[in-house]
Amino acid sequence: MSHKAEFIAGKKDLLDGSTREEIDHWVGKFPAENKRSALIQALIAAQNQNGGWLSKDIIEAVADYLDLPPVWAYEVASFYSMLDTKPVGKHKVNICTNISCWLNGAEDLVSHVEKKLGITLGETTDDKRITLVVEEECLAACCGAPMMVVDGHYHENLDTDKIDKILDGLD
Amino acid sequence: MSTQPANGTEMVNIEVDGIAMEVPKNSMIIEATDKAGISIPRFCYHSKLSIAANCRMCLVDVEKAPKPMPACATPVMDGMKVYTHSRRALDAQHGVMEFLLINHPLDCPICDQGGECELQDQAVGYGRSVSRFVERKRVVADHDIGPLVQTDLTRCIQCTRCVRFLEEIAGTSELGMFGRGDRSSIGTSLEQGVDSELSGNVIDLCPVGALTNKPFRYSARAWELVAKPSIAAHDGVGSSLWYHIRRGRVMRAVPRECESTNETWLSDRDRYSHFGLNADDRVLEPMIKVDGDWQTVSWDEGIRVAAEALRSTVTSHGGEQLGVLMSASVATEEYYLAQRLARGLDCQNIDYRLREQDFSDDKSMSRTTAFAAPMAAIDSADTLLLVGSNIRQEAPILGQRVRKAWRNGTRISAINPLAWNFNFGLTNSLVVAPQNMVMELAAVASAVSDISAKALPANLQTVCNEARVTEVHMAIAEALKNEANSMLLLGQAAQAHVDAAWLRTLCRWIAVSTGAVLNIVTHGGNATGAAMAGALPGQGPARSTVESGLNAREMLVNPVKGYLLWAVEPEFDLANPALADKALSSAERVVAVSAFASTGLKAHADVILPLAPAAEAEGLFFTLDGQAFDSEPAGTVSGQAKSGWKILRRLGAELELDGFSQVTRAEVQQEMLTEFDQAGSSSAEVDLAEAGLSAPQQAEGLHRAGEVAMYSVDALCRRSEFLQQTAAAQNDFVGLNAADAAELALADGQQARVSQAGGSITLPLRVCSELPVGTVWLKSATVVASGLGDSFGPIKVEAV
Repeated sequence: MSHKAEFIAGKKDLLDGSTREEIDHWVGKFPAENKRSALIQALIAAQNQNGGWLSKDIIEAVADYLDLPPVWAYEVASFYSMLDTKPVGKHKVNICTNISCWLNGAEDLVSHVEKKLGITLGETTDDKRITLVVEEECLAACCGAPMMVVDGHYHENLDTDKIDKILDGLD
Repeated sequence: MSTQPANGTEMVNIEVDGIAMEVPKNSMIIEATDKAGISIPRFCYHSKLSIAANCRMCLVDVEKAPKPMPACATPVMDGMKVYTHSRRALDAQHGVMEFLLINHPLDCPICDQGGECELQDQAVGYGRSVSRFVERKRVVADHDIGPLVQTDLTRCIQCTRCVRFLEEIAGTSELGMFGRGDRSSIGTSLEQGVDSELSGNVIDLCPVGALTNKPFRYSARAWELVAKPSIAAHDGVGSSLWYHIRRGRVMRAVPRECESTNETWLSDRDRYSHFGLNADDRVLEPMIKVDGDWQTVSWDEGIRVAAEALRSTVTSHGGEQLGVLMSASVATEEYYLAQRLARGLDCQNIDYRLREQDFSDDKSMSRTTAFAAPMAAIDSADTLLLVGSNIRQEAPILGQRVRKAWRNGTRISAINPLAWNFNFGLTNSLVVAPQNMVMELAAVASAVSDISAKALPANLQTVCNEARVTEVHMAIAEALKNEANSMLLLGQAAQAHVDAAWLRTLCRWIAVSTGAVLNIVTHGGNATGAAMAGALPGQGPARSTVESGLNAREMLVNPVKGYLLWAVEPEFDLANPALADKALSSAERVVAVSAFASTGLKAHADVILPLAPAAEAEGLFFTLDGQAFDSEPAGTVSGQAKSGWKILRRLGAELELDGFSQVTRAEVQQEMLTEFDQAGSSSAEVDLAEAGLSAPQQAEGLHRAGEVAMYSVDALCRRSEFLQQTAAAQNDFVGLNAADAAELALADGQQARVSQAGGSITLPLRVCSELPVGTVWLKSATVVASGLGDSFGPIKVEAV
């Protein structure tokens, strides 16, 4: 890869110092010519800087900073469910509905939460406080099913009371 | 990433469908079966692209394997038994086919790919007659990716051939696979277009109708078209192509496989230029100017007037007062007969090198323009040095080869007036203002002289001794010297340079002294043929020496009384449009033979004879390699246009010259080729010491780096509206380095006045980091530059 997509030139200025530091840390873990390998972590860092989601500009900023084609960055951003390409609320709530959780009543938990928050999966509350993430695949905590992930933290063996407590505790 | 088969020479024995075969170890099953002519269905596999194995259509039955294996990604092993048509293989293929069709819209009746669709063909072979899928199909929104390629993404089967092509071959990575699972789709990032100079190839690669030819859309069905072989004449690569013809009209162009030139690819310039064939200003009948008004006349009258104009110029002023300027992209027969016609009239002033301005090394250089090493040798070069070359635009197919070399580990260096956006990496890059290029190259020569202990010839010595040798020059010199296969590519920016003779002579000396080969990427589609045929001063057919004459530059600097313009538009095709305008205005008679009549041509010419352009004409074309390709007319000739050799034959007969009695082109060609065969060896010793070089110009101030805009190389390209709509054709700007812009108190986007050779134009300024200080980026052969001076030379820029 060498051709430079001219329209992203200079967008790296959108990344702040700590994001760059984080990206540099991950770039250092791979061979110098394989900056592409650091894309996932770079996008997560950029997402944290950008209020939990990746805008077009911030994705291009990452591509510019890593000197990669913007398409590569956008491919990764659109593939992973932990990277959001649309604005999200302050907290991301991810209820697992895969097989173990589903057998242990995840569907009821989802409808309880949907009713409680007045939104459906994939939507954000009007006060921009909570986003219910559309769950993609198993979150790898079947031993504690049903479970959910809130802002990266795992909560296991859930029931409606426990969920209410966790959600109400969010600022 | 994907698996690439290794190039092992070790062979293993396998058996496919009971047929024993010996195949290279580590190659894939599909390579063996393809070679043996056993058909295996496939969508994502392509021999020139990396292996993705994501369509699963090529599943075959391998003995002892627990499940069907993809033939494209299963390496052969000794003793392996493969069954391509067993029950298990066929069941697997049928199953995959059914899944592929689940989300395919089956809109074949309104799909441009209908009739030439791999999915359609294979659905007949492997699909069910009735679909079992009754649920809702998915729909994918289309993207506008530019004027050349149409997307219908609902039809996409996610084979990713287009993605891999743009990433691996074109090197621009402009398409990607977004989303995941059943929601994944092909797209450009973030509403950008696909601007690669090779973008059209994704149309051929797409096995379905998801990517189709946009200008051709809905205009014809595959089964209505007749394919006629032809040659693309926009660059010296001489790409082989098929013109698809319906009722005599060229409907589209597709590549014709030719491993030594274009492989399986075609540049967008070659694919879409034919849309200019029916431009409004196409000359359909002979025209003469009577009292300032244009009148159409018969061929007899047109020939009579043209011949009379030539004859009267010669009789009243002598043959030395006639100048013949020819395009570098016409058939060899035309050069051959044109030089015979000129020399028959005692005129030695004939040239095709219209975009050059320095010819002072004409005496010392062996003037054959063919490559010293074939184009295909670029792939396997160990080190490459580009001198004044934007290879991606000059010859996109060669650019692709340079990229391929780079991917294979070739170290590439460049000495350029601009940091062009290459699709390959540069190990050493010297970006210097045009006026400093000679000194930079001299520094490399000086370094070569040091490390190889070879003395520089006297005429190069003084300049080379003045040059300051840095580590970069030394590194370039060492790479050229130490690597076994090193190559210099001298590009069109170097040839159009004020001191082109210096650059050529230095390059040749460096090549000779380091054992490298020097390949000169000449302008035009048949410069090799033009040189062979002797359409240049002092040189006759087959490199014979003839009386000297004026070169393209001298014919304009010291205007002559009469001109013959052969497929030349004076405001676009000459290095210095302002100079050309002045010279032609002062001429008594101007005869033009052209397919198109531009405003400039109409202003200057007294008679215009309609020339059939390459797609409608016949002729022999020589590639940069010196390989000859014969091209027959593809489309029916528009109006009364004629092939160039016929026009020259009639002119010659009308002028009662010897050697114009041929009846068929075969006769002309035979005469010409017999003469070529008698040519002396091309390896005649070149004496560099004889190059009459004057001190290189090192003028202060701003210099223009006026590369020819990619889609403006000839009259046909300039008239293809679709090429002109591309991002690459948006050339109406003037570029300056930030320091120069600051000095002139100009900011990015502001209007700037550009003045050169008495012409002046106001353009938006672009502050470019790719430009060195002292350089003005203003492309040539464009409308905005048609009133300005030299494409490479001093220029003035000021705030409006």
